[in-house]
Amino acid sequence: MITELGHFALILAFMVAIFQTIVPLVGAHRGNVGWMSVAEPAATTQFLLTAFSFGALTWAFVTSDFSLNLVTANSHTDKPMLYKISGVWGNHEGSLLLWVLILTLFGACAAWFGSNLPPGLRARVLAVQSSVAAAFFAFILFTSNPFTRLAVPPMDGQDLNPLLQDPGLAFHPPFLYLGYVGLSMAFSFAVAALIEGRVDAAWGRWVRPWTLAAWVFLTIGIGLGSWWAYYELGWGGFWFWDPVENASLMPWLIAAALLHSAIVVEKREALKSWTILLAILAFGFSLIGTFIVRSGVLTSVHAFANDPERGVFILMILGFFMGGALILFALRAGAMEAKGVFSTLSRESGLVLNNLLLAVSTFVVFIGTIWPLVTEIFSDRTVSVGPPFFNMAITPFVFALALALPIGGMLAWKRAQLGRVLIQLVPALVLAVAVALLCWAAFTGKSTLSPIAIGLSVWLVAGALVDLWTRTGRAGGLAARIGRLGRLPRADWGKAVGHAGFGITLFGVAALTGYQVEDIRVAQPGQPYRVGAYEVELLSVDRNVQGPNYISTMAHVALRGPGGEQIALLHPEKRLYPVAGMPTTEAGIDSGWTRDVYLALGDPQPDGGWALRTWIKPFANWIWGGTIIMALGGLLSLTDRRYRIAAGGAKARPVAARGLPAE
Amino acid sequence: MSGARARLRRLGLAGLAAVAMALAIPAGAVQPDEVLPDPALEERARAISGGLRCIVCRNESIDESNAELARDLRLLVRERLVAGDSDAEVMSYVVDRYGEFVLLRPTLSGANILLWAAPLLLIGLGGALSVVYIRRRALAPTEAALSPDEEARLKVLLKE
Repeated sequence: MITELGHFALILAFMVAIFQTIVPLVGAHRGNVGWMSVAEPAATTQFLLTAFSFGALTWAFVTSDFSLNLVTANSHTDKPMLYKISGVWGNHEGSLLLWVLILTLFGACAAWFGSNLPPGLRARVLAVQSSVAAAFFAFILFTSNPFTRLAVPPMDGQDLNPLLQDPGLAFHPPFLYLGYVGLSMAFSFAVAALIEGRVDAAWGRWVRPWTLAAWVFLTIGIGLGSWWAYYELGWGGFWFWDPVENASLMPWLIAAALLHSAIVVEKREALKSWTILLAILAFGFSLIGTFIVRSGVLTSVHAFANDPERGVFILMILGFFMGGALILFALRAGAMEAKGVFSTLSRESGLVLNNLLLAVSTFVVFIGTIWPLVTEIFSDRTVSVGPPFFNMAITPFVFALALALPIGGMLAWKRAQLGRVLIQLVPALVLAVAVALLCWAAFTGKSTLSPIAIGLSVWLVAGALVDLWTRTGRAGGLAARIGRLGRLPRADWGKAVGHAGFGITLFGVAALTGYQVEDIRVAQPGQPYRVGAYEVELLSVDRNVQGPNYISTMAHVALRGPGGEQIALLHPEKRLYPVAGMPTTEAGIDSGWTRDVYLALGDPQPDGGWALRTWIKPFANWIWGGTIIMALGGLLSLTDRRYRIAAGGAKARPVAARGLPAE
Repeated sequence: MSGARARLRRLGLAGLAAVAMALAIPAGAVQPDEVLPDPALEERARAISGGLRCIVCRNESIDESNAELARDLRLLVRERLVAGDSDAEVMSYVVDRYGEFVLLRPTLSGANILLWAAPLLLIGLGGALSVVYIRRRALAPTEAALSPDEEARLKVLLKE
């Protein structure tokens, strides 16, 4: 019964979405306040209906209602509750329902908190947002209905893909979707502004928080996915340049470009049409990402849901929204006259460089990702584009970005003096070069890229600190300046923290890829051996350890320091999930500030030993630590006073100042 | 080339089934019994394996993969190295048998040149556009410029 109500609510939400697309748009065109104002209750209704529908599906998973095809295919009574819930979005249909749930939530947020928007703009934003929702409701209802019943329900389900039964991956999709879908707000604002034919500083101030929020979610989502791959896939890789990973990286890069260019719109009223274009492209890449993941058109390790027919539907959605928005852009963007003037050397130019590097790297990733498809269509060749290409093609952009960032970030708006900035940055530069040389000298014969990358990461972190320190001004003594540090706007802190986070991630990546130590051998129980500065001893192996829904082969390994003192007892496992018929490994990891010791259990050997792999991974956790710090920087910026005021105060002013919308 | 395609098509179904297995039994990859006694040779073998795709897996190199076929390829690579082949000779030996598809790093030939040139072309094009944009902004009349009326008023005010 609840299932039918959920299905019905979904159909109703689809109807409301169509209504909300048409009526406010017509109302805004005619200046009819009544027609415009239906957008808000409609957005709320749409969200509540979708939430009810999602709740109904969750209920079916929680109660293991195997009369639902989806529950049977992706759940099992023995599965822990956390994974019963995460199983809702661990499959194609459910994850799309989560997608629209978040889409309608953002739409509703724009309705609830958008009271300071001019009514015409708000009506149009909500209408555009709703049109995207309508397309996806149609997609779900016509091709991927989660509420399909089985005529003969089985006694038990087929279990969720065991790889997805993991806390890191349970929350990876929701965060990623919050990011993908968050960019739909930037898209809706861009299209609404194109329809209105007006972009001003206020527009920049409305768009930036949405983009920033989406970027923060994407950052966390990508970080969780990378962390999961690190400990779950069994050899400690953190990024594979898999098409599905690239699908999330592209919107992230474009969103990073967008949140920087929106600053220029907000503060200087320049880069307007470029920012609009980025906002359109950012969501376009989100849709491309959804297409890549959902269609399975590009072979990848994320094999859990793909169907070419659905791919065609998403491609149509993509074509409609991107085509429509870009045509609108071509027609209207010329009319958006830029106001801000700046000299060649200025913060504006620095941000143009930032946008150039981020946008070009996005397109390089894009071309590399679809290249196998392109060559297959246009020639007889089947080629692969793998990590060696991406590492080679993207590293120069990362290095250029890292090199330019501290300088560009300190240039003054409008007209800057390079000399002054460089003098302030001398301490950071000296430190960076010294650390790079030290790494190069200490590890002769290893990669030369790692010392450069480590130097750049020091440059980024020290540069962020210098930036923050110079913001406190010159007046007063040390104490006065430290006092002022705390009173700096949150946006300044967000900038410094975010940029430092980038440096920390870069450091982790450079250290891990450059200086990891690997050991592969047959370990005999009771015979310790050395790996790097550590002593490893396989104590024993327990077979047939019973888990809630799996059987495990668990090794007990002692990790000792140079002096023979025990550091940790690790338990690398091999698990078998009998229902899904799939084995997985659980690495045994001793995490630390400066290194992870990573153990993976292999197969038993005829001589009674076990294949055992040991890695010493220097500064591995800094990769995800930096990711969290980046996200934290975004959050700090998001809570800056100017957005809080824009959201809460000044309700009537913009409306009064503008009167009725143009047209 | 068409041989590789046909092989891929044949592997298609089996490949999909193997994906789950191959992916799921990680911690496989290089087995202790595969490791060559000569560390320098082993290091070369690892580097070569890292650039060869496991063709029954999804986007994994044979160095990372646990599939049976990946193991065969790893052993083949080591066999060729022990036989005294150079890195390039090993690569072409494998490509001759399995097709260009196994190369994770696409060759610099034919249409692939476009792929490799893409970063340079894009940064060149984007850079040129950015320079034009910045210069136009720098040359544009400043927003602070006064209208003739204002100039006149300013003069009057200054005289006073």
